[in-house]
Amino acid sequence: MTTTTIPVPQHSVGSSPSGGRAYWAVADMLTMTKRNLIAYTRVPEAIFFASVQPVMFVLLFRYVFGGAIPTPGYHYVQFLMPGIFVQTVAFGSISTSIGLAEDLHKGLIERFQALPMSRWAVLAGRTTADLCRNLFVMALMTAVGYAVGYRIGTNVAEYVAGILLLLLFAYALSWGFAFVGLSAPNSETAQLMSFPLLFPLTFASSAFVPLQTMPGWLQGFARHQPVSIVVNAARDLMSGVPKPDLVFPPFTSVVSTGRTDSTVFWAVVWSLGILFVLAPVSVRRYRRRTL
Amino acid sequence: MTFAIQLEDLRKTFGHTVRALDGVSFDIEPGTIFGLLGPNGAGKTTVVRILTTVLRADSGHARVLGHDVMTEPDEVRTLIGLAGQSAAVDENLTGAENLWMVGRLNHMSKDQLRVRSSSLLEQFGLTDAADRPTKTYSGGMRRRLDVAASLVAHPRVLFLDEPTTGLDPASRADVWAMIEGLASEGTTVLLTTQYLEEADKLAEHLVVIDHGKVIAEGTPATLKASMGATVLDLGLADEATALRAGEALKTVTEKAPVVFASTVEVNVNDGPRIVTEALRILETEGIAPTTLALREPSLDDVFLALTGHRAEVEPEEKAQDSPSLDGRRQRPKRGRS
Repeated sequence: MTTTTIPVPQHSVGSSPSGGRAYWAVADMLTMTKRNLIAYTRVPEAIFFASVQPVMFVLLFRYVFGGAIPTPGYHYVQFLMPGIFVQTVAFGSISTSIGLAEDLHKGLIERFQALPMSRWAVLAGRTTADLCRNLFVMALMTAVGYAVGYRIGTNVAEYVAGILLLLLFAYALSWGFAFVGLSAPNSETAQLMSFPLLFPLTFASSAFVPLQTMPGWLQGFARHQPVSIVVNAARDLMSGVPKPDLVFPPFTSVVSTGRTDSTVFWAVVWSLGILFVLAPVSVRRYRRRTL
Repeated sequence: MTFAIQLEDLRKTFGHTVRALDGVSFDIEPGTIFGLLGPNGAGKTTVVRILTTVLRADSGHARVLGHDVMTEPDEVRTLIGLAGQSAAVDENLTGAENLWMVGRLNHMSKDQLRVRSSSLLEQFGLTDAADRPTKTYSGGMRRRLDVAASLVAHPRVLFLDEPTTGLDPASRADVWAMIEGLASEGTTVLLTTQYLEEADKLAEHLVVIDHGKVIAEGTPATLKASMGATVLDLGLADEATALRAGEALKTVTEKAPVVFASTVEVNVNDGPRIVTEALRILETEGIAPTTLALREPSLDDVFLALTGHRAEVEPEEKAQDSPSLDGRRQRPKRGRS
């Protein structure tokens, strides 16, 4: 046996003349993001059909169920659209689990694991691409909202802040769905595993109906779960807060103060909390497969 | 001299029961083509995964060009190329984009990469298809692109895990020519295969593993010599007749004939003479074979001779051997003892 070793090439991790480990971590993440975005442009029909479902929800709730749902302080469309937006980006973040499950199934993850690339770039590139995808979908949904009579109740800056908040929330969820994708045997199962996680969160929330219409035991859950909190914050930022005398209860204490920053504050806290808990869990799941 | 690859008593168990590697050791000299042979589930892919830093061994040592795969994985990754069992190309990307992705993730500069990519596409006959999404590619084209991707960063050691499985004969010949070309340029190639023919054609040195253990080692010539030059295959009416025929033919060679269902196989060195003799013996026993063939020994014969069982291909095992899932699920329990 011998102890001589062959030196590693110039383009190795951490030893490159053009940058260190952090530089390459970002470069790898951007490469992975670009690769995923190219893939989305190659299958535009996938995004098209993924957008059909939220549009159907808009039409269903706006014109079929909406008339039967009392929303004190709001016209129903003003109440509904922020909820639809949150639902849309939350379900959009499922594509992270589908994409990763597909990469895993097709042997691409194995290829990535044998490359001198940053370990977290596979996940970061996927979630960032899905963030871009959600941004595109939000632009589309804004147009749909306008078409069905939704009008910004605050101002453009707050509306944009609302969109950024939704995207942050969806980005945090993406990191959670990365775990699902890495645990599923294939992309179909990844999708099937993701739905039951999101369905109760989006429907047992203040997204479509006011919480006080729900039975008491459900209100307790619905009031404190993150989707309701993000929906309420988005509603505050996008549609504006109803007058205090038209009591709309999800955040009675907060709403009654007349301030919007508190709902937004808690929505940001929840989103960052989800991100900081689930991202390391998913990265760990990814690393556990390798060195 | 530094060995390109060194394995020392490598062990890996999946879950608590499935022993994928049970103390595998071998060395590979640089610049050679090395064949790792074995039936499905023998542990070939596990060896490749450990060497390419995709999987961690339970114990033992593995070094690539002197770098320990477990303590210096980053260094190892800059020195190797991997073409895994499934052609791991992104089917939404074009051929050129796939090479771009792998090159960038290998931290090559854009200029370096542009030159390298077009020369590889040319070399693998993919220039015309370079700007088409790879989902439009044939199986052979995908496999060639997969191998091209593993070569982008000029690896010193290349791992090819069953590179020709599922390819038509013409594509197989293309891949063979490509592997020979690489070795002539000084790349060390570790090739896993189920086909003795392939290993015979390409590899200078072979290791045969089964049940996670090395069961034979040597050049293709020495391995085949241990089989006898040719195999006489006899088909008979039924199992009982086959057993009688096997008994009767014990006198024709040193090695005992192998009876398997209604067939008898005899490893022989002097085919034509033995055939005449065998037929004469069978005639005096009143046995008429239904089929008769003289053929080259196959990997199957190697296994039969070395282990006493056949290198059977179990379809479900093949499916579970796909390289994507994590260890616990992918290594099937085998029914063989």
